[in-house]
Amino acid sequence: MWPSLKDLAKDLRNGQVKSVDLVNKTFQLIEDNKEYKTIISVQKDSALKKAQAIDEALKSGHKLGRLAGIPFIAKDNFLTIEGYTTAASNVLKNFRAPYQATAINLLEEEGAICVAKSNMDAFAHGSSTENSDFFTTSNPFDQERVPGGSSGGSSASVALNIAPFSIGTDTGGSIRQPASFCGIVGYKPTYGLVSRSGVIAMASSTDTIGSLTKSVSDGILIMDIISGQDKLDSTTLDSQYKVDSKRITKVKKARIGIIKEYLDYGLDDSVRKGLDLTIQKLKDQGFLLEPVSISSLPLALAVYYVLCPAEVSSNLSRYDGLRYGYSDDQSKDLEDSYFKNRTNGFGKEAKRRIMIGTYVLSSGYYEAYYKKAQLVRTKIINDFKEVFSKYDFLIGPTVPTVAFKKNSKNSPLEMYLNDIMTVAANLAGLPAISLPVLMNDNLPVGIQLIANQKKDNELLSLALEVEEILKS
Amino acid sequence: MSNPKDKVIKTKNHLDYIPTIGIECHVQLKTRTKLFSGADNDAKEAPPNTLINHIDLGLPGALPVLNKEAVVLAIKAAKALNTRASNFSKFDRKHYFYPDLPMGYQISQFDEPIILGGHVRFFDPTSKEFKIINITRAHLESDAGKNIHPDKKNYSLVDLNRAGTPLLEIVSEPELHSAAEARLYAEKLYLLMRYAEVTEGNLYYGNMRFDVNVSISKDNTLGTRAEIKNLNSFRSIERAVNYEITRQTKLLNSNQKIIQETRGFNDQQGTTYSLRSKENADDYRYMPEPDVPPIILENDFIDKVEKEIPKLPDYYTDRLRKLDIDEVSSYILLDYELEEGKGVLEYVLGLPESDAKAIVNWIINIESPIVLNNPNISSELLKKIHNIYLSLRAITKEGLINSNSIKELIKKLFQEKNIPEDLKQYISKLGLFQNSDSDELDQLVSKVIKENQKAFNDLKSGQQKAIGFLIGEVMKESGGNANPGMVKTLIEKKL
Repeated sequence: MWPSLKDLAKDLRNGQVKSVDLVNKTFQLIEDNKEYKTIISVQKDSALKKAQAIDEALKSGHKLGRLAGIPFIAKDNFLTIEGYTTAASNVLKNFRAPYQATAINLLEEEGAICVAKSNMDAFAHGSSTENSDFFTTSNPFDQERVPGGSSGGSSASVALNIAPFSIGTDTGGSIRQPASFCGIVGYKPTYGLVSRSGVIAMASSTDTIGSLTKSVSDGILIMDIISGQDKLDSTTLDSQYKVDSKRITKVKKARIGIIKEYLDYGLDDSVRKGLDLTIQKLKDQGFLLEPVSISSLPLALAVYYVLCPAEVSSNLSRYDGLRYGYSDDQSKDLEDSYFKNRTNGFGKEAKRRIMIGTYVLSSGYYEAYYKKAQLVRTKIINDFKEVFSKYDFLIGPTVPTVAFKKNSKNSPLEMYLNDIMTVAANLAGLPAISLPVLMNDNLPVGIQLIANQKKDNELLSLALEVEEILKS
Repeated sequence: MSNPKDKVIKTKNHLDYIPTIGIECHVQLKTRTKLFSGADNDAKEAPPNTLINHIDLGLPGALPVLNKEAVVLAIKAAKALNTRASNFSKFDRKHYFYPDLPMGYQISQFDEPIILGGHVRFFDPTSKEFKIINITRAHLESDAGKNIHPDKKNYSLVDLNRAGTPLLEIVSEPELHSAAEARLYAEKLYLLMRYAEVTEGNLYYGNMRFDVNVSISKDNTLGTRAEIKNLNSFRSIERAVNYEITRQTKLLNSNQKIIQETRGFNDQQGTTYSLRSKENADDYRYMPEPDVPPIILENDFIDKVEKEIPKLPDYYTDRLRKLDIDEVSSYILLDYELEEGKGVLEYVLGLPESDAKAIVNWIINIESPIVLNNPNISSELLKKIHNIYLSLRAITKEGLINSNSIKELIKKLFQEKNIPEDLKQYISKLGLFQNSDSDELDQLVSKVIKENQKAFNDLKSGQQKAIGFLIGEVMKESGGNANPGMVKTLIEKKL
């Protein structure tokens, strides 16, 4: 078990532990937990070098950052100058990035050390890591089950205590769903709160970057560090909205809407139990909770699986093998090289999404699919706006089920259904968090809290409170 | 505007077709950096692939960030096109695969461009009237790189220096009706963009490239068009359009169909050739660009930028016209101003009304330091030249010197360190005064007629052009300074 990030940082500052030892310990833990297959690549030399430098600086009394000497694991779609960045795709199997994600830079500026890159569904397309072109990660609670996805490697690593924290991406639920399956805290901020620069794009209009931690307070610290306006990403919000530890307050009163539409869906017994328990405990503490209906919500999944593939088909266009990435050397000419590079480079799910996306953007179909989906998206955004005029927060399950067995989803559609309760927050750009409940039962359950856009500090304040209440 | 029917082509079969032409012009904006990246935008002589960064290269995770300078230049271009930039516009992705397009899509503006409407006015010296061509739209987009195909090699190379250069694509309405008009429109557009300081305007480096849509029709319904891509000189626009009109006319006259297609232009042969048919047209799958927020321009900002725009061509031509300087001369002066003669316009506009026209003729027809020595022409030199012009005006007004001689005189004077105090003495020493001595000239005329009996007989039989020949011969005999008007009268007397 790792202490909290604040305690760990204090221990490092006080010289009670050495960064080199923490980094070595992490590599040992990666080795010990190899059977879970959470990691794609490690950055051993560079991590140890950085740890040594930090230890020396600490010894000579330099004032260092808030995470000085603390190791972390990044999902493999964050570009890092050290090591490889693959997005778990054969296309980028040997790709070395010449620049680095803003989020990684910000963590490094605070002294955090990236030690490894974690497994994911290739290009973040999936909810189980089964779409990784390399291997499937196992759930820490049951090796026959998936850890969720696409940030499955990050989630499982944190749940297995391999590293104190990890960062991931959430486009339709890719942080919250694996956090729910692995019993950890997964935070997806307001769209634009964290820079997407240097993060391999999936669906640009819903891609967000967030934290995977053991506690809400760890998540707050990470989000405080990585959020804020970035001139390299024009869609980032003004820094006045960033997560700020100083703006986390004690929440005693709040109006919380229980999303009705998510209750009607066939929930696993334990998920229902976890949600009911949470609702009861919150009511006991004097919070106002009542069911609320958002009529457009059942359309969110369909909208998402039109818009997301459209953006995916566009964002994956650059992987033609001409400048970097998988290139088939048997190609006869230009057209053949496009055909071979992309046919043989991409996995099944990427190709499926490219084809769906190309279809919905094609002339003659654009109006019927893409345009229509955008209209419904606007409706969903407006419906949320209305709900948030009456409620401060929303509550519901993160996923309808607990972690499912590997190879149990027989069709892509069944897999997509797993995102049914997470995609709406992405479409509307809302901040959302998954918190673990029922940790004593066999498989963890996650409950989801959602807030209005730019209310990240308020949402994290509430999450801190709920976490406390759930412990009692 | 002239009636398009005036422009019908008479063909051998007496079938009359009206050509209709619309032009898309890609203007490279002279920003310091690229449209969406911080890489240097001056790709002229740079070694291949040296002006690129992760954005231009389309690396994973790279995000485009809009260059404000490009937006400012688009606002200026809008003003030059007699319209105003839109308060709201947005970017879209235009998808296709090509090695010079690193992201697999071009960032362009599809349905909400930065400029809507506007017009270009130009003077047609043939019909001697102004024409107004409406602008459909103009949008910002990023340029592609360049594919290079080395001779006799089994590979091609890609240079991405140009990838991401900001372009303003200006689309005209199909309102042009001849090759000459197409050229005049393009030339005027060039002047507008140069004067608004939107582009370097170096056609050799492709700073302005033209796609020309040509169709012909017998009536007011438009015919099937062919698009001729990537023309990079005014001359090639004129030639390509002419070739295309002839090609299409021949097809229709032999009862063949014109197919809608994209064509290239072979500069050496002056011909166009098929590149691809529009029937298997690309589907660009336009999609709103999620990485670049829309451009929202406040009116105050547009006003502020518009105030920075230097004076535009029409400002000068309108003023030059008041000095009785014709449009063709005005355009030449506008050209000088841009190239080797910066300051010439202000100089001319400062001339007395009675002298301006004559002096402009000298500036244009006799190599003047005003349009050669710039940008380093000193105020002292300018003053000297000005004094030469003014003194000569006085002498020409007296009818003391003919136009041939004045050319020589001006050239000589430009070479002098100081202007001679007694100009008349100087002219006389050079033997350049016009000979208006009727006796002397009469002798010369008689001599020339004697030696050129055939020409004189031709003239007698009514062949008027023979008189020109005879005048020329007398001028030669006089050493160039005979008064040509007097010579003509003297010859006519002998008839």
